[in-house]
Amino acid sequence: MNLYKYASPSAFYPLAGKLIPWFAIPAAILFAAGLYIGFFVAPTDFQQGDAYRIMFIHVPAAWMGMFLYVLLAFYAGIGWAFNARLASMMASSLAVTGAMFTFLSLVTGSLWGKPTWGTWWVWDARMTSTLILLFLYAGFISLQAAIDEPRRADRAGAVLAIVGVINVPIIYFSVQWWNTLHQGATIRILGKPSIAPPMLAALLIMLGACWLYSIAVVLARLRTIILERERIAHSQS
Amino acid sequence: MNWSEFFRMGGYGFYVWGSYLIALVLMGGEVVMVIKRGKASRQSSDRD
Repeated sequence: MNLYKYASPSAFYPLAGKLIPWFAIPAAILFAAGLYIGFFVAPTDFQQGDAYRIMFIHVPAAWMGMFLYVLLAFYAGIGWAFNARLASMMASSLAVTGAMFTFLSLVTGSLWGKPTWGTWWVWDARMTSTLILLFLYAGFISLQAAIDEPRRADRAGAVLAIVGVINVPIIYFSVQWWNTLHQGATIRILGKPSIAPPMLAALLIMLGACWLYSIAVVLARLRTIILERERIAHSQS
Repeated sequence: MNWSEFFRMGGYGFYVWGSYLIALVLMGGEVVMVIKRGKASRQSSDRD
């Protein structure tokens, strides 16, 4: 089997269609399992009470917003450097889901901040840099929408995406670099996590669910973008 | 288990359920939009 043939949008179109259920169904199962553990197994936090349960959606949403942006910049860069149409279309598809998760992380963060910090919003380093991430997504989407010729839109989007990627480490390290209201990392790459095992399990399962959800939705949107741009007949592929 | 206690979430019910409701609306809305856009593009591509 020649894998390179799938770099062609018309060849990738039917493959993506076959892949979607393999991500969508496990995503639904993991969401159910993660919510069950998060609400029925994980104990009430001794400091934050039950408010901390917002974490199971807030933290995965925030991570997805950052991960998907890095992926977006990667694909946009590949599409630009190697003149690969499919990679550029992937970047366009990723932008919507990434923006959705970033917005979700800001809203759930606000709903978590009100009862625990007493405020919906503060201009602290992490929240401000996450808001900038949302603006970068919005900028990418509207820049592409504003340019009629798709390959020119891809190139302009790629420049913005690659320059904006500097913001991702700023978000990640903001809680260490600046004195912020936002709490530090719950899960550390080195060392033990700072939460009880069922809380950690629920968090990781929800993160897995969000990944699978993102892959399924991004592939489905990518198929649509291929149809819209390549003018291939759906019934023939 | 007491369900009314469960929905109260120790007094944080508004914030906790509000968060999950918004997540449901955003993610569910995204799925609906992707399906709609897919249908429209398939129809117009088959017409060509």
